[in-house]
Amino acid sequence: MDLDFTDTEAAFRKECRVWLEANVPKEPLPSGDTREGFAQHLAWEHQLFDAGWAAVSWPKKYGGREASLFEWLIFEEEYYRIGAPSRVTQNGIFLLAPTLFEFGTDEQKERTLRPMARGDVTWGQAWSEPNAGSDLASLKSTARRVDGGWRLSGQKTWSTRAAFCDMAYGLFRTDPDQTRHRGLTYFMFPLHTDGVTVRGVDRLDGDEGFAEIFLEDVFVPDSDIIGEVHQGWKVAMATTSSERGLSLRSPGRFMATATRLIDLYHRYRDRSDPVLRDQVIQAWMDAQAYRWFTFQTVTRMMQGESIGPDSSMNKVFWSEMDVRTHETALELIGESSELDVGCESAVDAGHWMKGFQFALAGPIYAGTNEIQRNIISERVLGLPRK
Amino acid sequence: MHFAFTDDQKMLRDTVREVLQRECAPDVVRAVWEGRPESATSVWDTLAETGVVGMTASEASGGMGMSELDLLLPLEEIGYAAFPGPIVDTVAVGIPLLEAAGTDEQKERWLGPAAAGEVRVAVAFEDQDIVADAGAADLLIAQRGGAGYCVPISDVSVTPEQSVDRARALGRVSFETSPQNRMRDDVDMHALFSLSQERAALATAAQLIGLCRRMLDMAVQYAKDREQFGKPIGAQQAVKHRLANALIEQEFARPLVYRAGWSMSTSARDADVAVSLAKIYAGQAARFVAKEALQVHGAIGYTIECDLHMWMKRAWALAAAHGDAAYHRERIGRHIL
Ligand SMILES: Cc1cc2nc3c(=O)[nH]c(=O)nc-3n(C[C@H](O)[C@H](O)[C@H](O)COP(=O)(O)OP(=O)(O)OC[C@H]3O[C@@H](n4cnc5c(N)ncnc54)[C@H](O)[C@@H]3O)c2cc1C
Repeated sequence: MDLDFTDTEAAFRKECRVWLEANVPKEPLPSGDTREGFAQHLAWEHQLFDAGWAAVSWPKKYGGREASLFEWLIFEEEYYRIGAPSRVTQNGIFLLAPTLFEFGTDEQKERTLRPMARGDVTWGQAWSEPNAGSDLASLKSTARRVDGGWRLSGQKTWSTRAAFCDMAYGLFRTDPDQTRHRGLTYFMFPLHTDGVTVRGVDRLDGDEGFAEIFLEDVFVPDSDIIGEVHQGWKVAMATTSSERGLSLRSPGRFMATATRLIDLYHRYRDRSDPVLRDQVIQAWMDAQAYRWFTFQTVTRMMQGESIGPDSSMNKVFWSEMDVRTHETALELIGESSELDVGCESAVDAGHWMKGFQFALAGPIYAGTNEIQRNIISERVLGLPRK
Repeated sequence: MHFAFTDDQKMLRDTVREVLQRECAPDVVRAVWEGRPESATSVWDTLAETGVVGMTASEASGGMGMSELDLLLPLEEIGYAAFPGPIVDTVAVGIPLLEAAGTDEQKERWLGPAAAGEVRVAVAFEDQDIVADAGAADLLIAQRGGAGYCVPISDVSVTPEQSVDRARALGRVSFETSPQNRMRDDVDMHALFSLSQERAALATAAQLIGLCRRMLDMAVQYAKDREQFGKPIGAQQAVKHRLANALIEQEFARPLVYRAGWSMSTSARDADVAVSLAKIYAGQAARFVAKEALQVHGAIGYTIECDLHMWMKRAWALAAAHGDAAYHRERIGRHIL
């Protein structure tokens, strides 16, 4: 055991910090979940990519730095510490790319990875359907075999930022004679093409943060299938485990939130009481717990183990911690916590109420926490399924 | 950054695990509970033979010169077995104290025998007069008026006190301080006893993790075996989710304990904060797991016939010992706010 960072890791941290301090926009960008904000975030993504910071852990030939997992965590700590813009390329870089690295062909990687990391081509996830949420295997969208490819039909929903994205990926039933997780195939498909209609949906916070996708006989070539035909479930599960596992929410984000909460506490301590004070301390401690838990997991991963069921524990922990932390912040701010983004006198520009609303989605997306607890109890503790 | 134990550390854990599995079944703990402390004597002796009791003593004193970090996994197993006896006070606190501040004569008389498992040590910090396992110890090391004292238990008046955990052999201690039993004055006793308190808190946290694991194992097994409505209760989602929550509490406390062990063994600058985090999380996890395990057991868990109660009561005692959550939270508060 050695819980100090190595000299190489420390040097990497310094390099991240120096670049971020010089380049991160001084003024926060408007929300990346709006059309205007999305465009500004993309400009930032280009800048990140051109300087080699968009996907630090990727191979150099795709624009990465071949950083280790620990270095990636360090990058994230520095990124959120300084308050850099949220990553609108996340669905590509952190969720689709790991799947491509595992299952994609060389041709697919050559074609998609660099534009994805630069934000030249942006990606939405299209798993959920109106009647297939937690029970994803009950999905109804289909793909019909045609010459040279497939024609996709059906409806996807809750696709984050799809109203602004160029491409999406998801599962479609290719074998009508099979049921549930058999006979599904993993497709990448364009959003601006004949037969696709995308309708933005306003989220709880009012941003057009997700969208419905209607597909009618949309042509997709064979070369846009990831993995084998009818084997999409296995491929998709790889994405979902990286989503709830490490790549979606690294500790740096929550450490930064805890630090901002402490700063808020100093400004509002007159309003505080011992209970709130304890909650502030708890928020900081939780972020620490998440950090050390992650370091332990990453050590195992670097020794060749897969993340396994840790990913479900991770997901429950960070999502519930994030809600508590924001609740504490709102209590500290008190009456004026209702002042929304756009109101002159909102504390921290209304960031806490907005963050609170986003935090509330954490226990729902990436597999609800009920589903995670089912997984933990059945696959880790070995309790009977029925 | 590399957050994993070495193969040697894991081997030692396995050895301790096997010894305890073989020799410290729940009925041994139960016998101590029922007033037969001698039932656990042979377990102590076997632990001493494996070298666990002498782990922290220097090689010159017959020990293995091991660090706070090396101790954690064996202590976790000791918690898992709810092994009764002053193992923390002897191994994690007492022996290092003797080594650092015993006079030549005190070391001569006590250190080797303690490392060999022949002398059990109880430790009383300043202002602390109710001491765990005082009734089972041969030697008391105490801090009084800033100085350290090393007193054979025959010179200490020990009045038994009742703990909710009857296997803890609590005793109220008093003794005459004298130049004969005084420890060295030329070391910084204040710093040394502070360090000892950190060690005690850390060692307690490690035991709490072991207690969690055992209570959760019991509850999971029970949930698989017990049937109601024609199927195992563990097939019910309400039961599953309780146990999943218990596992999450436990698994997020664990790395904090290990990290605190590393911080102490490397004398890291923020070791005290690391220890406080570890103790709070381990204590909260143990109390939480105890509550969930009890609920899953139903009424049988609410009896003293069921073994679970011995683990729950140890957990309650240790969660509050060597600084409860409020104490440690305050230390963290001072550090971050
Ligand atoms: C902010 C946000 C972003 C999202 N982004 C995307 C995206 O980009 N792409 C995408 O495809 N989807 C996305 N989703 C959708 C998300 O994946 C689904 O909301 C999620 O899978 C749950 O499905 P559902 O909403 O249909 O709820 P349901 O599955 O209908 O569940 C409703 C409630 O019932 C509970 N429940 C259901 N089944 C069980 C069970 N077996 N045991 C116990 N409880 C159960 C759930 O836990 C939940 O509390 C997003 C959602 C949100 C909120």
